[in-house]
Amino acid sequence: MASLDDLKKRIASVKSTQKITKAMKMVAAAKLRRAQESAEKGRPYSQKMNNVILNLSSGISDKENAPKLLSGTGNDKVHLCVVMTSDRGLCGGFNSNIIKKAKSYFSKILEEGKDLKIITVGSKGNDQLKRVYGDKIIENISFKDSKNANYFDADKVGKIVIEKFQAGEFDVCTIFYNQFKNVITQIPQAQQIIPLNNEDDENGSDESYEFEPDEDEILSNLLPKNISTQIFKAMLENSASEQGSRMSAMDNATRNAGEMVDKLTIEYIRSRQAAITKELIEIISGAESL
Amino acid sequence: MSEEFKVEIVNPEKSFLKKEDVIEVVVPAFEGEMGILKDHISIISFLKPGIIKILSKIDEEKYYVEDGIVEFKNNNLSILTSSILKLSDIDKSKQQDLISSAEEQSKSAEINDQARYLIDQKLEVLKSLN
Repeated sequence: MASLDDLKKRIASVKSTQKITKAMKMVAAAKLRRAQESAEKGRPYSQKMNNVILNLSSGISDKENAPKLLSGTGNDKVHLCVVMTSDRGLCGGFNSNIIKKAKSYFSKILEEGKDLKIITVGSKGNDQLKRVYGDKIIENISFKDSKNANYFDADKVGKIVIEKFQAGEFDVCTIFYNQFKNVITQIPQAQQIIPLNNEDDENGSDESYEFEPDEDEILSNLLPKNISTQIFKAMLENSASEQGSRMSAMDNATRNAGEMVDKLTIEYIRSRQAAITKELIEIISGAESL
Repeated sequence: MSEEFKVEIVNPEKSFLKKEDVIEVVVPAFEGEMGILKDHISIISFLKPGIIKILSKIDEEKYYVEDGIVEFKNNNLSILTSSILKLSDIDKSKQQDLISSAEEQSKSAEINDQARYLIDQKLEVLKSLN
């Protein structure tokens, strides 16, 4: 059994850990509020953008000559995956959930004999993926310096993706991120952005639009923007999810630390009492023998 | 019958402006300025750098945009843009900043004619602000 001194030290150390996790939880909660707000505020833009594109693509007459970003290259050989994770750890299952989702997708692709290329956004994803898929990672982007998710960063990622697409480096592009549902639930998502997947959206209106300039020009201008927008949406969702996940992880850690302190304190009191009792018995039996 | 319709301006960060009592909106569309009144035909168009004018019964608001998309449908006008500023928020120094960054862009060699046209437009608009 540990000595009284050891127990005292352990209690002190668990308590100070608890202080840290508690502080992290508070910080995450404050950040979460902001991140959640901006995620919710950012939704109308990406939704509207999606709507416009849906309306446009349903109105397009010449499907054969549609821009490649919309219809794809016609091939399905090289897959590019953009895995978006956080730059910091200690946020529960946030990163591992994305990685798990991504890895199962990767193995499916590789089984089908297709080529795989990976871009990681955020250093944690890179750390976890480089052991197994190190040779597949073509780029690692990290936005450690920017405090909040901003459109400028998303645009940078978008430009890289489009550049590579136009250089013919891949055929299909999928982004992985966590969608923020609430503090406890974040759903890892795989969203295909090139070619644009709009099979499940049949609510594109059949109303005809007037276009100015013509459809093709609008589409070829809009599609790159849409990619940046979708990536930005993913970044916003991700940052809200990260904070939410960290908050609940740190809440758990704080509670566990509290339990541990209680347990250790009881043990400490018991062993102190045992020592006192032992001493008393010694004194009493000494007195009796006189 | 009222002559009013709804307008919403969204940028990637948030919904920038929402108004429900608009009579006319003038947008700098790609092929020239375009005034939109109630019951306009459904239209999708691009914006070039310029001024958006929003007229309601009581007041008139002006915004500076650099790019964007307008969609008008069922008397709902949506303007999607990544760069929008209220005209009254642009002071001299801000204007100067925007001009100098645009001038810098126009100096770089790696831009095509279309981009150059847009930058020239931007400069023209910015210089005319006062």
